Amino acid sequence: MAASEASTATSFRHAFGGVLSFFILILIGVLAFSIRLFSVIKYESVIHEFDPYFNYRVTQFLTKNGIYDFWNWFDDRTWYPLGRVIGGTVYPGLTLTAGTLWWILNSLNIPLSVETVCVFTAPIFSAFASWATYLLTKEVKGAGAGLTAAVLLAMVPSYISRSVAGSYDNEAVAIFALIFTFFLYIKTLNTGSLFYATLNALSYFYMVCSWGGYTFIINLIPMHALLCIVTGRYSSRLYIAYAPLVVLGTLLAALVPVVGFNAVMTSEHFASFLVFIIIHVVALVYYIKGILSPKMFKVAVTLVLSAGLIVCFAVVAILVALVASSPTKGWSGRSLSLLDPTYASKYIPIIASVSEHQPPTWPSYFMDINVLAFLVPAGIIACFLPLSDASSFVVLYIVTSVYFSGVMVRLMLVLAPAACIMSGIALSEAFDTLTRSIKFQLPGNSGGNSEANAGDASSASAGALNDVIKADKAEETAKERPSRKSKKKEREPVEKPQRNPRNERKLLVLPFEASIVGIILLVMLGAFYVVHCVWAAAEAYSAPSIVLTSHSHDGLHVFDDFREAYAWLSHNTEVDDKVASWWDYGYQTTAMANRTVIVDNNTWNNTHIATVGTAMSSPEKAAWEIFNSLDVKYVLVVFGGLVGYPSDDINKFLWMVRIGGGVFPHIKEPDYLRDGQYRIDSQATSTMLNCLMYKLSYYRFVETDGKAFDRVRRTEIGKKNFKLTHFEEVFTTHHWMVRIYKLKPPKNRLRGKAKKSKSKTSSASSSKRSGKRTRNPWQ
Amino acid sequence: MARSLILVALISLLPFLSASSPSLESPKGRRVLVLLDDLAIKSSHSLYFGSLQSRGYDLDFKLADDPKIGLQRYGQYLYDGLILFCPATERFGGSLDQAAILDFVDSGHDLIIAADANASDLIREVATECGVDFDEDPVAMVIDHIGYAVSDTEGDHTLIAADDFIDCSVILGNKKIEAPVLFQGIGHSLNPSNHLVLKVLAASPSAYSANPKSKLSNPPSLTGSAISLVSVMQARNNARVLITGSLSIFSNRLFRSSVQKAGSSTRHEKAGNEQFLTEISKWIFHERGHLKAVNVKHNKVGEADEPAIYRINDDLEYSIEIYEWSGGSWEPYVSDDVQVQFYMMSPYVLKTLSTDKKGVYSTSFKVPDVYGVFQFKVEYQRLGYSSLSLSKQIPVRPFRHNEYERFIPAAYPYYGAAFSMMAGFFLFTFVHLYNK
Repeated sequence: MAASEASTATSFRHAFGGVLSFFILILIGVLAFSIRLFSVIKYESVIHEFDPYFNYRVTQFLTKNGIYDFWNWFDDRTWYPLGRVIGGTVYPGLTLTAGTLWWILNSLNIPLSVETVCVFTAPIFSAFASWATYLLTKEVKGAGAGLTAAVLLAMVPSYISRSVAGSYDNEAVAIFALIFTFFLYIKTLNTGSLFYATLNALSYFYMVCSWGGYTFIINLIPMHALLCIVTGRYSSRLYIAYAPLVVLGTLLAALVPVVGFNAVMTSEHFASFLVFIIIHVVALVYYIKGILSPKMFKVAVTLVLSAGLIVCFAVVAILVALVASSPTKGWSGRSLSLLDPTYASKYIPIIASVSEHQPPTWPSYFMDINVLAFLVPAGIIACFLPLSDASSFVVLYIVTSVYFSGVMVRLMLVLAPAACIMSGIALSEAFDTLTRSIKFQLPGNSGGNSEANAGDASSASAGALNDVIKADKAEETAKERPSRKSKKKEREPVEKPQRNPRNERKLLVLPFEASIVGIILLVMLGAFYVVHCVWAAAEAYSAPSIVLTSHSHDGLHVFDDFREAYAWLSHNTEVDDKVASWWDYGYQTTAMANRTVIVDNNTWNNTHIATVGTAMSSPEKAAWEIFNSLDVKYVLVVFGGLVGYPSDDINKFLWMVRIGGGVFPHIKEPDYLRDGQYRIDSQATSTMLNCLMYKLSYYRFVETDGKAFDRVRRTEIGKKNFKLTHFEEVFTTHHWMVRIYKLKPPKNRLRGKAKKSKSKTSSASSSKRSGKRTRNPWQ
Repeated sequence: MARSLILVALISLLPFLSASSPSLESPKGRRVLVLLDDLAIKSSHSLYFGSLQSRGYDLDFKLADDPKIGLQRYGQYLYDGLILFCPATERFGGSLDQAAILDFVDSGHDLIIAADANASDLIREVATECGVDFDEDPVAMVIDHIGYAVSDTEGDHTLIAADDFIDCSVILGNKKIEAPVLFQGIGHSLNPSNHLVLKVLAASPSAYSANPKSKLSNPPSLTGSAISLVSVMQARNNARVLITGSLSIFSNRLFRSSVQKAGSSTRHEKAGNEQFLTEISKWIFHERGHLKAVNVKHNKVGEADEPAIYRINDDLEYSIEIYEWSGGSWEPYVSDDVQVQFYMMSPYVLKTLSTDKKGVYSTSFKVPDVYGVFQFKVEYQRLGYSSLSLSKQIPVRPFRHNEYERFIPAAYPYYGAAFSMMAGFFLFTFVHLYNK
């Protein structure tokens, strides 16, 4: 009777806990969604930055033309004249997701525009991602840790920076897919269910559709499987979790056009196949061991080993020969620069030139994951108490992602979920211990009762039965190795009593005051994190980068120059005109101005980009010839010298020189540097002062303040008064941030030998556009 | 509605018409402004003016310093051609200046410039802008002690009988010019790298340019057949300019004069001037050698409509109609050297078009196995003809996903492997499950 009462109380408590967690999760979703709306509130509902504009354009095409046309889309408005096969070179996951959302909403008679759907895709998926984090952490350490991790992830600044409303990029859905795939892998590992294994493969397929970062999954999971095998944790659950993923996952991945045969051909996927072979060998060994007597087994082992080694050597030799025949050892450039952080800067300037491919600085860790950086070590320790298959996985996840984030600042995004999971585990364990200590010492609570409470409290957070089984199994595997068993026993006093009712050891109890102080400190830490996250979301990561604002003593200034320039292009140029600019602005030009561009942010053709870089680094006439051969009509440059916008073309110019010089050796970087220094003042080299980029950026700049002071470089420019012979300025935006030039047509007449004074020539040509030129002070 | 339709039709026709300036559609009644130093020239050169007027030109004679001269009014050009018979003018009257003349040419109008000894800087500079350099020495004239015209008085051999014509029937007409052309004036030179100007009448190898009245102290800067007596320039927009260093070459006196070249026994009753200048003025005013290309069409073989995009390895047909203005009507242009390029940074296909002699040129070829944005390019530049430069952009896409071959013979072993594997697995499962 008492027992049944207690069980109904427990089940009631469970039900209550379940409902509470459900509402907490809903609130977490709302939090994750709403904290990302600062950009819409502070600015407007627009697509941000560069790549999102391409994704937006692709989504528009998808919603207009349907999936088959999208799949076969050959885009002739970019990479002129090569064109780009969009369907075969794009990760379609994001586009298909947003397209499906739009289609569902429209068929429900909710007439949202495609743009609106695109803007809000990322916040929606960040809510999904926090729920997936909950599920994953719950599998590892129980529901309490799951909820904590979900809250942390909902507002981790690193993830916010990539998923604010309007940031319509692959990462927006890919992080969700990544976490969800990991969850399903852990779930399969814990349950050994083939159903979850299949789901896992499907989720992996979604991830492959969404982001090139899927290679992280297909390397991390084999690493974990290998770790389990090596540490003697092989089980049929591991086999079910791993083998179907590789087979189904690879088949499905090969269906994505952009991956195709890469799924079996490139070195990124090699690890999964190697581990696939190993796991089968191990499975076979276990099977044979089960059916043979120990003596027979020994004989069989020697036989198989000797034969197997020969075969292995042969296979390895062939593989090594195959891989070594490729110059990059079968790796793609981006992967190689991950393995060897100096690779890109040495060989592929186009990868190294992207700011998000640079290694992060220490402050950026604090900025992006804040207090989590300090909680992670505690979480790792908690994962070792005890080490299960699942917790070893998250440990592996955090270790690898810390390394990757140290190579590329962009991959901080992969670290963020791992850090959240670890910190969630750490915080949850800490709260567990502290609250239990308090409860234990509260007056009026008998020890036994509080122990039961503590057990309940922890089991409410730990997914009850599952974990018990898991812990048992962990113990069983541990028993097989006597050396590990002793270590295990040392830990048991700390960990086991909560989980295992059979072990009635004393719980770790802290002094009452220390617990109170600890809780207060932890809450303050959490509060600090929340404050920081809200600040980061509101101030640091919400700027859409096509509209800029600046605060000064006389109020808020809005710089809407980019859209002004693109609108000018779309209204004042012919539909088939080609616009040349550095590749950063390619996506925006095609999406916003609807004009053909030469190069864009999909940097697939290095030679083409180098051609544009060479043109920008050449003197005017050579540049004109290059552009003319590409049928370019307009050249667009971004110039920040007037308002102090630092990421303008002059600051990017050295990369243009490097990338151009990489293909066309007559462009030499030292020609643009004075004593190794990049400068545009009077000390600059004549090559620098005569190159097209300098001229297009600083043409007529002296008219603004009379002495041509560049606010970004904080210096007066070197050459102030000059004229353009092959280009003419057609548009400069309000704050001079975008300047558009038109290529002059070839001369209608060719002059005879120019022996007369030049003044007559200029007067002859100036009459055609006297309106603009008369303002020039030097005329 | 109808009006807007016409407008749309006109706009859509514009690309085809752009090669030929619109005024060419009705060359009759073309208005030509003639600027003179002295109205006496109107009568002393009346034969030449008469030949123009008889061909329907409406000549408007004005003194070069007339304050009411203006080439355009309200942004519209009042004239279609300009004849500058005013070598001594330093300044034009009215709004006309050097820049206005060059703008006139740059907007597709024709120009005839006659300089003379002591030509003004203004005229020289206009000529230089057109690619012709007169001898810098202001008093120099072309002298030829071997190729001079025999006259009653043994003069200073500045009256030259030149017969070194350009070999181009488009410019000079089909009828051979028998008699030498009498020339008296200054010579000019052309930059050999300038492909827009043509030497129509060159001096003989024995000619040189110097001051006939003074003794030659240092070697003349211009000698031999490098000296051009009459040159034409066809600008990139097909505006045509005639430049000569002699005003008297147009005069009635030389038109009527008989000519005998020194060292030659034949004496022609009439100098070649009239025929030469009449023919060349027909060319200058686009009565000859003006091409237009219309009806550029391309389609897949077996289809009539023009597609928006081709697929790699499509077979396509391309056709274009080229006509030449014959002075009164557009006649089919017949030639066997018109080529079309299928161009993406370099020509992937270069084919000579075959003609049906009625103006239609056509060919067919296979789209190369390369996708990208191609252009149909016709770049037709022949001596004397106006240049045709047409390009039409057309993208070429790769195969769609369902346009590949579905079953490849080479892959049958793999199909076999896959299906035998499936069958084997099924058998194995069956045996494994029910063999107990």
